Amino acid sequence: MATITPFLAGLVFGIGLIVSRMADPAKVQGFLDLAGAWDPSLAFVMAGALVVAAPAFAIARRRRVSIMRMPIALPASRDVDRRLVAGSTLFGIGWGLAGFCPAPALVVLGMGNAKAVAFVAAMLAGMAVFEWREQRRAIVGAVAD
Amino acid sequence: MTIDWNAFTPWSALGGGLLIGIGVAMLLLVDGRIAGISGVVGGLLRPRAGDVGWRIAFVAGLVVAPLVAALAGQSMVPHIDASFVIVALAGVAVGIGTRYGAGCTSGHGICGVARLSPRSLVATATFMAAGFATVFIVRHVLGA
Repeated sequence: MATITPFLAGLVFGIGLIVSRMADPAKVQGFLDLAGAWDPSLAFVMAGALVVAAPAFAIARRRRVSIMRMPIALPASRDVDRRLVAGSTLFGIGWGLAGFCPAPALVVLGMGNAKAVAFVAAMLAGMAVFEWREQRRAIVGAVAD
Repeated sequence: MTIDWNAFTPWSALGGGLLIGIGVAMLLLVDGRIAGISGVVGGLLRPRAGDVGWRIAFVAGLVVAPLVAALAGQSMVPHIDASFVIVALAGVAVGIGTRYGAGCTSGHGICGVARLSPRSLVATATFMAAGFATVFIVRHVLGA
């Protein structure tokens, strides 16, 4: 599979985070600080992104393959369960603590920032914990069956 | 609630947001993939044949974005108030949370909300609320 187009997509996405300054944790925390001096900018970032993404998904829904002839796989799951809510809560706590979510952390890592390196390393460790627990769950499930 | 008019940057926020949306649309319509960054990265820890290259390429695009943006005259200095210990704790929470929650600000907040997925609407409301609550506690209760 060609890797130049995903690279360009990541690049445009990353430049968007820089232009909007959403790669700056202080700016993100300024949005999350409703009780302080509130900076509503992040809501405008989301609005700008949705203006383009919503029609793109409307087109994708009517197509089976992408321009590069790759299958378009939209998530099928519709269940709102405890995993979703508990996971999102934990994510929101981490997001608020550092002001980093995954994409901005990778962009700031590209600036050679030591705290972003620490954040990404810790994030990968957290993701590895999830993979390890999921594999264990699958093994235990298979034995139980 | 008081709006910090000095910090508020609606036009660059909207413009940057449009670029983020274009990145999402490119990956979706050209490559058939969802630009949910936690999912893109998390999938690398569960490597499958033919499913690795595009993930690394997308992440590489994010990482070199500051370099390319600087060439185009766009630069930004990040301010990270949290200590290394807090940053690391936050990283672990984001890593575990986004995988159990099946998405982050991009996957749920942009891609999922764009297609009005009920799961993503709930997830986005949940991590926003948790983020608001966390910053409230850190800044106004603990007074850090």
